[in-house]
Amino acid sequence: LYRIQIAEPVLLPREAPTPLLTMGNWVINHWFSALFLAVWLGLNAFLFVDTFLKYEKADKYYYTREILGLSLACARASAICLNFNSMLILLPVCRNLLSFLRGTCSFCSRTLRKQLDHNLTFHKLVAYMICLHTAIHIIAHLFNFHRYSRSRQATDGSLASILSSLSHHEKEGGSWLNPFQSPNMTVEYVTFTSIAGLTGVIMTIALILMVTSATKFIRRSYFEVFWYTHHLFIFYIVGLGIHGIGGIVRGQTEESMNDNHPLNCSESFEKWDDHDFHCRHPQFEGNPPESWKWILAPVILYIFERILRFYRSQQKVVITKVVMHPSKVLELQMNKRGFSMEVGQYIFVNCPSISLLEWHPFTLTSAPEEDFFSIHIRGAGDWTENLIRAFEQQHSSFPRIEVDGPFGTVSEDVFQYEVAMLVGAGIGVTPYASILKSIWYKFQRADHNLKTQKIYFYWICRETGAFSWFNDLLTSLEQEMEELGKVGFLNYRLFLTGWDRNFAGHATLNFDKATDIVTGLKQKTSFGRPMWTNEFSAIATSHPKSVVGVFLCGPRTLAKSLRKCCHQYSSLDPRKVQFYFNKENF
Amino acid sequence: MGQIEWAMWANEQALASGLILITGGIVATAGQFTQWYFGAYSMYPGVFVCLLEYPRGKRAKGSTMERCGQKYMTAVVKLFGPLTRNYYIRAILHLMLSVPAGFLLATILGTACLAIASGIYLLAAVRGEQWTPIEPKPKERPQVGGTIKQPPSDPPPRPPAEARKKRSEEEAAGEGASPGGPQTNPMEVTDEVV
Repeated sequence: LYRIQIAEPVLLPREAPTPLLTMGNWVINHWFSALFLAVWLGLNAFLFVDTFLKYEKADKYYYTREILGLSLACARASAICLNFNSMLILLPVCRNLLSFLRGTCSFCSRTLRKQLDHNLTFHKLVAYMICLHTAIHIIAHLFNFHRYSRSRQATDGSLASILSSLSHHEKEGGSWLNPFQSPNMTVEYVTFTSIAGLTGVIMTIALILMVTSATKFIRRSYFEVFWYTHHLFIFYIVGLGIHGIGGIVRGQTEESMNDNHPLNCSESFEKWDDHDFHCRHPQFEGNPPESWKWILAPVILYIFERILRFYRSQQKVVITKVVMHPSKVLELQMNKRGFSMEVGQYIFVNCPSISLLEWHPFTLTSAPEEDFFSIHIRGAGDWTENLIRAFEQQHSSFPRIEVDGPFGTVSEDVFQYEVAMLVGAGIGVTPYASILKSIWYKFQRADHNLKTQKIYFYWICRETGAFSWFNDLLTSLEQEMEELGKVGFLNYRLFLTGWDRNFAGHATLNFDKATDIVTGLKQKTSFGRPMWTNEFSAIATSHPKSVVGVFLCGPRTLAKSLRKCCHQYSSLDPRKVQFYFNKENF
Repeated sequence: MGQIEWAMWANEQALASGLILITGGIVATAGQFTQWYFGAYSMYPGVFVCLLEYPRGKRAKGSTMERCGQKYMTAVVKLFGPLTRNYYIRAILHLMLSVPAGFLLATILGTACLAIASGIYLLAAVRGEQWTPIEPKPKERPQVGGTIKQPPSDPPPRPPAEARKKRSEEEAAGEGASPGGPQTNPMEVTDEVV
């Protein structure tokens, strides 16, 4: 329990800003994301409208429209958007490529580099757009097939029925318009016997399965279901590549437009059979498939990415130390040739003896200055528990481990800010192990590149049992800080949210002791959740002209409150205090 | 893969299938496609499946995220007891509901997805999973004054903890026990605020 302070005016939170100010702050923090999304949406809209108008107005498709109507243009417009988004969807998940971009962009502004962390968000947005356009595309084609079928069966001698009966076996070969070769064919038959229809069904089922197994609930609770099912994307991509091979979308040939221009000849279609009449039967050709042109480059990039991942994973990983911490936390210290990391990065780990194909992400808990890299693994599911069990058996040799990475997240930026607020909730405290250790080493070496002047570290968890290893780290840091005389550099607060009366009572009685009874640290543990408004206003007051980086590794609700506080307490004047919010995402 | 609860994924898949069935049915009916009455039919199983699958079951391990407003449907689904608890029944039900929609192109996608959901439910049933409703936790409302047996008998300043055996539930945790001293204060006690 901490002593209640008399509220001094300077510590009171500032007046709640007006909605306009909040929006202003949002724009300043997110202008690049907003611009990027606007461009993406704009391109989608442009492609859709442009293609729609092309198929709705062009003379080449006049006769096709005669049968199909509006649904032709709808289907083609959504198809173009599907091509565009399918091209984009593979790019955000090329993590090696993104990491490379991030590295080369070290001279880029902070804002630009932050965008690369939103890769998964963008991947999901593109996926939603694909789902939307798939729905439009399918509905439009349902109408198309229905109208084609109806025209084929019509015997009223209308233009539509004449166009439909243009034979598939003419000497010119393939000048037909209507894919329904005989009036007896059902839409189901044509769907499942044409390449377009069959691939369409397979692609859509793959898409639906991918989406239902990728919902947040399934992804967090049963990662393997998500990971394996998501590989159905191979069916989607291959299906997309061959979807248009059949040339079902037909337009009039150039040659035929000379003999039979729709504007001249469509009215007099009854007379097309007459040999003397100036209008001949129109000839049609199918559009060549164009999806492959859109997806070829990203597919190649992605294949390259997977090869790179495989190559990196084949590099031998030597396990130098294994530590079993309380509450089933396994620490692995490893070495790999050519491996170099920055603070707060993460790696993907594979253990072939447990599961051949699964790669699981773990934050690195070692500092770059150390001569090994380490991860702390908590048993939270099938794979992790099997891994811990495999290492617990000391009699047999350790299972082989493959490592891919490291991959960067925003924690790399922490030393670029003068003042850093680090918030770790529960297991989210792990990246900060790396950061704090790195600080310790930089201090020991009196590294002058350290831009950071002050760090505020907030550790929030239910109970410290699972993090006793982190506890020990803080204890040693405390000692180091004291020895170096830099006690003010690192301010940390620990918040135990899982407290009860007895706990609090015990803490009260031991109030006067120098070290905390829970953690053994000099800094006392607080109970309950931090009051962010107070924290932010205190920091804003103590550092009125600084840029403060706020880093969170924790739940979304906490991200919301922190983000809100960042907007509220950032001054609109760019020279005064600015809070930038960064969230780790996995 | 030992701990995967397949029913959770089957639930997501079935919910999606229900929506697809409804959409397909609406399109077929609106467009008056050939044999559109299959489409008109498939809207009903679509709605039924959506309602049945909306309340998410409770996970065997760990906490479950409820869907928004699902407690009303949970109450209804719970009423059917073993019919809704058992996943074999759900698997067969979904399979049977999906078949008629398979005769129309507009709803065949719904059939395929619902059939897949049925297959996953079968897998879940074989592994012994069951649907358990998510019950709202009874709110422990501390009754004001309910736990106070008697007013505080030992207000501060008071002797050290060892001498204090009486428990006072509503005693706000204040400053540490000040040592010694009788209950009546010989001199004025000020609250130390730092």
